[in-house]
Amino acid sequence: MASVLEVHEGRPDSARWWNGRSVSLPLTIVAFLLGWEFSVRLLEVQTYILPTPSAVAWKVFQDFRTGTIVGDFAVTLIEVLCGFAIAAIAGIAIGSAIALVGFLERTIYPFILAIQTIPKIALAPLFLIWFGYGLQSKVLTAALIALFPILVNVISGMRTIDDRRILLMRSLNASSMTIFLKARLPSMLPHLFAGLEVGIIFSVMGAIVGEFIGSSRGLGCLIVQRQASVDVAGVFSVLVYLSFMGIGLNFVLRTITKRYAFWSRSGGAVGA
Amino acid sequence: MQAVVANSTLVRETPLIQVRDVSRVYAAADGKPVRAVDSASFSIAAGEFICILGPSGCGKSTLLMMIAGLLPPSGGSILFDGKPVDGPHDKFGMVFQDAVLFPWRTVQKNVELPHEVLGTAAPKRETIAKEMIDLVRLKGFESKYPHELSGGMQQRVSIARALSVQPALLLMDEPFGALDAMTREQMNLDVQRISIESKATVVFVTHSIVEAAFLSDRVLVMSGRPSTVRSIVDIDIPRPRRLEMMASDKLGSYVTKLRELLNETEGSHGQRS
Repeated sequence: MASVLEVHEGRPDSARWWNGRSVSLPLTIVAFLLGWEFSVRLLEVQTYILPTPSAVAWKVFQDFRTGTIVGDFAVTLIEVLCGFAIAAIAGIAIGSAIALVGFLERTIYPFILAIQTIPKIALAPLFLIWFGYGLQSKVLTAALIALFPILVNVISGMRTIDDRRILLMRSLNASSMTIFLKARLPSMLPHLFAGLEVGIIFSVMGAIVGEFIGSSRGLGCLIVQRQASVDVAGVFSVLVYLSFMGIGLNFVLRTITKRYAFWSRSGGAVGA
Repeated sequence: MQAVVANSTLVRETPLIQVRDVSRVYAAADGKPVRAVDSASFSIAAGEFICILGPSGCGKSTLLMMIAGLLPPSGGSILFDGKPVDGPHDKFGMVFQDAVLFPWRTVQKNVELPHEVLGTAAPKRETIAKEMIDLVRLKGFESKYPHELSGGMQQRVSIARALSVQPALLLMDEPFGALDAMTREQMNLDVQRISIESKATVVFVTHSIVEAAFLSDRVLVMSGRPSTVRSIVDIDIPRPRRLEMMASDKLGSYVTKLRELLNETEGSHGQRS
């Protein structure tokens, strides 16, 4: 059970290179790109197998200049955000209910653990049948995949709450609702945000997979189209835009985490 | 608060708290019933400072939790102002061994918490919290977060929080047990000053004999498990008491007396502090 209930804790050290404190990472990237560029040129690898980074960069620029990618980017982003929003709301609600209501924990929780073992991506084709080729099937695929890391972290956050905080609230004669809003929910925030950070990346994955299986718009659809026309540099270009999306969303979440769960990483025996 | 004090001066015979033949039994891990507290009886007058002194794990915290209404007694009854205690009370303030501050709240917001729960209007609870922070001498730290404070300061915030509802009864469960000796002595002075200034009735659980003798009007000496009130010792030293008194003969004689009483209850494996 412990292995299924893996808790995604924050990784404080991974934020370091944003601050530009380390020069080793940019240097590594430059060295990697140069190595790629020259080995492709020297070994005369065909562009339909592996394009040079400069060709990819040109394509990225072209996609931006002609604006061909904007529509697809927007479609995928909407799918990701809608799916993520659904997953976050459902994750908080279901997770809280399971952690707080003994009956639900006995009935629903084993069921959820069982579903955990299914690769959720495998359900995407079913969603296509049920909800069609439009946005809905992608949004729901994204939501389903993003739901589990959020749900699992909410449950574990609810369970690991310091009992003394609850005792304090009870000594103040607080109602269950007040205890939930003023003690349980804020206590859980670091866990929730850890879950959301994983969830947003999973949501991107869900949307792309949904588009792979059947769609007429979106970055996933564009990858499939360009792959069909052996436009490998084009595929790489989409990957670059996808990583922009991922980094951007992750950055927004981290900023929110710093704002609302700042105390979880500030060290020390907080409130002990 | 005011009402309670006035009341008790008029009708001195009615104690603020009456504990009658209270016991507490719980099931141990193997299912066998364990008596934590057994037929404890005593009463507390309004304005008194009472220490419950006993060896670690003797059930004195359990007794405090029952007075606080956080734990129902298995037998006997507890009366507050003549009425049975059947749950937590708005007029009780609780201080735990750890400060139990919410790390996402500033000092100010932590102290406001009880009044938020009560639904007091924001301007009023802000004013009250400021007064309480002033009372525990933490003025200037209102916008700090708990992790920015030392252990002693955190505990003072939790005392301010407990006092913010102007409690008729302040219940303190080994509040300074986790602090170093120097800070602890300072906190003892502070808690004496605060109890005099706020006129609150205080029930203070400790396993430190010196702390009990220094702070109390009366000390309840508890026996080991199952815990019961072995004896009640009046500490007849005028207030305010000063730290120099810790080395005085008078306090020393009380300490000796309390230690003897504790050792009697403990037998050969005497626990001290």
